[in-house]
Amino acid sequence: MRHRGTRTGALACAILVSFTISPSHAVTLVADTPNPTVRALPATEITVAAASSLTSVFPLIGRAFSKRYPNIKIRFTFAGSNALIEQVRAGAPVDVIATASEVTMTMALGDGLIGRPLLFAKNSMAIVMPAGNPGRVRSIQDLADPMRKVAVCADRVPCGTATVELLAKNKVRITPVTKELDVRDVLGKVLADEVDAGIVYVTDIRAAGMNATSVLIPAAYNVTTTYPIATVKESRHSKVAQAFVDYVRFSTSGQGLLRAWGFSRPW
Amino acid sequence: MRREQRPWFLIAPGVIALAFLVVPLLALATNTPWSAFGDIVSSPAAREALRLSFVTSLSATAIALVLGIPLAFILARELLPATRLWRALVIVPLLLPPVVSGVALLAAFGRRSFVGGLLYDSFGFQFPFSTWGVVLAEAFVAMPFLIITLEGAFRSLARDVEEAASVDGAGPWTIFSRITMPLVAPSLLAGTMLCWARAIGEFGATITFAGNLEGSTQTMPLAVYTALESDRDTAIALAIVLLVVAVAILVALRGSYLPRRIQAEARG
Repeated sequence: MRHRGTRTGALACAILVSFTISPSHAVTLVADTPNPTVRALPATEITVAAASSLTSVFPLIGRAFSKRYPNIKIRFTFAGSNALIEQVRAGAPVDVIATASEVTMTMALGDGLIGRPLLFAKNSMAIVMPAGNPGRVRSIQDLADPMRKVAVCADRVPCGTATVELLAKNKVRITPVTKELDVRDVLGKVLADEVDAGIVYVTDIRAAGMNATSVLIPAAYNVTTTYPIATVKESRHSKVAQAFVDYVRFSTSGQGLLRAWGFSRPW
Repeated sequence: MRREQRPWFLIAPGVIALAFLVVPLLALATNTPWSAFGDIVSSPAAREALRLSFVTSLSATAIALVLGIPLAFILARELLPATRLWRALVIVPLLLPPVVSGVALLAAFGRRSFVGGLLYDSFGFQFPFSTWGVVLAEAFVAMPFLIITLEGAFRSLARDVEEAASVDGAGPWTIFSRITMPLVAPSLLAGTMLCWARAIGEFGATITFAGNLEGSTQTMPLAVYTALESDRDTAIALAIVLLVVAVAILVALRGSYLPRRIQAEARG
């Protein structure tokens, strides 16, 4: 095969890390032994369902993967993490799922929907404002002012859970004008200049580029979200699906791209 | 009694169509968590969403009637230049994906737009995130249903009665209110029901333009979708409530009013 200089050696070295996140929802991170057949993947197309906050970076990882395995095509579908799990539960033809929520992934694992999840990235929260900062937001405390219109994620989607936690940690109470179901919709309301600020992931700010300004929250006052990725049990391309999961988690290009988009290491 | 030959070529595909439309509803009903149903639908959040859905969809229908009847009339009678163009444009909201309608409304009435900017700067009023925004979104996507239904009725109306009234000295308002409107009443009712049904089910334009907040912009469809994020049972129960209430209203309207009228028409 063409790919003799692969990094399978590096894969083998990936150390077994047991990674406990919270006592009740422990996702164990295990480096699988590199699959020797990985280099001879059959020509196929797989579908990767990924959380909205991965919208910008995953296609790039997909392109890098396809460069390495030219006969594999990857299609992406992006939505809120819970919606993705719901789709998989309903039998959507998905091969790999990557979410922003360990809780839902652990539940999906318990229900036998997916293979063992690997944690591959970590994100934290930030405040984003429209360019020019019309509401003059300078800190998270400013969001408590009822005159300022703030968009957040709905309580039960991962970015919303993180937002609730973030506000509690900073002892800030806010009255949002909207609770969006998807972090990208929060960003959308900010970019449309309909709100003065939105609470999003750090990585979304990068995606917004010059059209937005932001307030970063110091790590001590911030909360983090970890991203698990797993193969879907019903996938008919499980070998390829596993190769993609491993690529995202272990390859230098996969992790390098995640780092470039502002995600940090979960281990 | 003369025995007619049955048109099987219509009955067979017609029954397939019926099954296609009914089976998903039955599937939804069988998936409904009936034991928890009462608790779910009597929760304050569900009641609030249901109330909001009715208030906004009825307001949107009212706006559609006040503005849509005149528009349907002037399109039908070609009282404006370039009627064909306007007629085509009126249908566009039917073709647009609702989310795109929401984006278009943001561009027209959002804080950055001319109208929206003026309102915001002078009164601090903002359509997005207010119940008015929901009404606006619903009216935008639903009004075309009323207009095209009614426009067709106005156009196919025989003009002789109106002309006779005019000869007898009736003014335009009398002719319109006493003759034209009663003649198109069945179409008016059908169009109003279509319009209201579209408004109460509206989702995409609403969430894009007006946002999603309990009590001010979270209508039933948005509540269903939000619940789907965490709790499928609640989502289905809410959907069933919306379905049952909407169907009950449609049946009540048709049962009490429409058949008699249609029967009367049929009898001549």
